[in-house]
Amino acid sequence: MTLLPFAVLSAVAIAFALALVLNRNAVHGALCLVVNFGVVAVFFLMLGAEFIAVVQVAVYAGAIMVLFLFVIMLLNIQGQEGGLEEKPRFQILIAAALGALLLAEIGVVAPMAAGMGGAQAASVPAGFGSPELVGLVLFRDHLLAFEVAAFILLAAMMGAVVLAKRRLE
Amino acid sequence: MAWNAPVPFAGWVMLSGILFSIGAVGFLIRRDPIIMFMCIELMLNAGNLLFIAAARYLGVMDGQVFVFFVMAVAAAEVAVGLAIIVAIFRTRSSIDVDQMSAMRG
Repeated sequence: MTLLPFAVLSAVAIAFALALVLNRNAVHGALCLVVNFGVVAVFFLMLGAEFIAVVQVAVYAGAIMVLFLFVIMLLNIQGQEGGLEEKPRFQILIAAALGALLLAEIGVVAPMAAGMGGAQAASVPAGFGSPELVGLVLFRDHLLAFEVAAFILLAAMMGAVVLAKRRLE
Repeated sequence: MAWNAPVPFAGWVMLSGILFSIGAVGFLIRRDPIIMFMCIELMLNAGNLLFIAAARYLGVMDGQVFVFFVMAVAAAEVAVGLAIIVAIFRTRSSIDVDQMSAMRG
């Protein structure tokens, strides 16, 4: 992957992430996040993670964001949505200062990371990131974690049903 | 700078860090819990991007498998979190995070 598409797509991803943070409307914010997730899925494709890119689109941009939009429309809280102005000013200033500090730290760390993985991408075997290889590593080396993840999803499903159901009179 | 040069690993670290910082600042400055939640998803996604980039540059598959687990846990977390927000909205008919002080010690 060359620098030009990387720079263009990065600009799009960062712009839509900022739009999510600065937008007053929650529905618009959710749609901005969908675009951001789509761009990240393209990054995954370019990094040779085809299976994860498809999962990103199906699970993140699909299922999770549909859930968000569903709840936003279910609650319908357009009138009382708290914009940026309603937060005390010093809190926004502190948050901006902390964000700038975090960015500065990353600016220091990123050049160090360049030496870690090698500046160039490693040569990878054919089929790197394909469903076959991901499944092989998943079920050969991480089988226990896979089963635990299944239990987490089951518990989350039951918890969500119990929390969201109406109380029976 | 040649625009057709390959992307160095530091570029991915920078991009992921910028996205993470935007998510962190958004989480701090917004009051709508749904938007705060979306900022958490943004941060998780920045972490995933770094995992995938590291997997590619180191030439190992385990990063991709870990991202798969992060996505599973994120899906579980979103289902429970949104259910909690719906439950709070039902009982208080408001989801202003600054008013959620019922469990204050």
